[in-house]
Amino acid sequence: MLSHFLLLFIGALLVNNILLIRFIALCSFFGVSNSMSTSIGMGMAVTFVMVLASSVSWILWHFVLVPLHLEFLQISAFILTIAALVQFVELFLKKNSPSLYRAMGIYLPLITTNCAILAVAFINVSSNFSFIESIVYSIGVSGGYTLAIVMFAGIRERMASAPIPKVFQGYPIAFITASLMSLAFLGFKGLFGL
Amino acid sequence: MKRLLRPLINGILKENPILILMIGLCPALAVSSAAMNGIYMGLAATFVLVGSNLIISLIRKIVPDQIRIPIFITVIATFVTIVDMVMHAYAPDMYKILGIFIPLIVVNCIILGRAEAFAYHNGVIESIGDGIGMGLGFTFILVVLGGIRELLGNGTLFGLQVMPPSYKPVLLMILPPGAFLTIGFLQAIQRYRGGKS
Repeated sequence: MLSHFLLLFIGALLVNNILLIRFIALCSFFGVSNSMSTSIGMGMAVTFVMVLASSVSWILWHFVLVPLHLEFLQISAFILTIAALVQFVELFLKKNSPSLYRAMGIYLPLITTNCAILAVAFINVSSNFSFIESIVYSIGVSGGYTLAIVMFAGIRERMASAPIPKVFQGYPIAFITASLMSLAFLGFKGLFGL
Repeated sequence: MKRLLRPLINGILKENPILILMIGLCPALAVSSAAMNGIYMGLAATFVLVGSNLIISLIRKIVPDQIRIPIFITVIATFVTIVDMVMHAYAPDMYKILGIFIPLIVVNCIILGRAEAFAYHNGVIESIGDGIGMGLGFTFILVVLGGIRELLGNGTLFGLQVMPPSYKPVLLMILPPGAFLTIGFLQAIQRYRGGKS
């Protein structure tokens, strides 16, 4: 049982890394990875919201949409729930935990359109995960997200002073860097038979 | 006619969503391992773009400013649900390949971005033109990206053998790293051309 959860976690964290192998949530991957501190903040915010959102959407799916035969409303219901949830979290943090709000508050509005959150909610449903499985899976995915974005930010910070040809400066070299990182993550394929 | 054409050309060339505006990257990279996937994905996104631009430009005068984003999202989600169901029913094989990226059109920044930046401030005809232009610009890049990767990685184009039999496919190109590599070089080429003119 424990090994099943461990495999699920490692699979989401490394083997099927959400950014580098599955290509989900790339806008934020390139958008906020300019510095180490912003990418750590973004990683924290994504982790927090993703775990919350996958448990809420799991409950919504299994206790509201399926019993009422409203499965076709999945897309609308999930995106509106996540948008509302993010707003709520922002208000709650602002009021009750100013220090946490300062650390990740500015990233929260960005998360509404972060496809990783919605994607995990869909994957939880389509893979028939139980409640615990979906929590473990979302922790693995968000851990993988944080790992990749923090590493990428570290490389980009170093690259800022490197002599790069003019046409490759900025985004093109960032894409090529991401390509090499993706190649490295491809090496995890087959780990524990995943 | 001119009102329809100007935003249309603008979307394909000058403000191409992927190469210039750098939005909507996820599906562009994920489904571009073959040129055919690009066409399906691009057309699905174009349909949603045109539909949501049309509806939003029609209702823009009665939408209260404070709650416009949730209303936009609801309109977009409706069109995405339509595409999702139609593809599931009529193109099941392609639906399996594109997988999660069809429902994820709902959070594609291009669509909400155009609703907010264009359709909310412009008339119906211009908005349709903008939707078609942005959609085609997106489709164009997907097909170019998919074509390059399919040609180098598999030796085929739209499923047909193009390269001579002695050509050894570069498997890397159809794997995830190939997507990042191709788009990086495409952008560098685009910049090189832009810097010259």
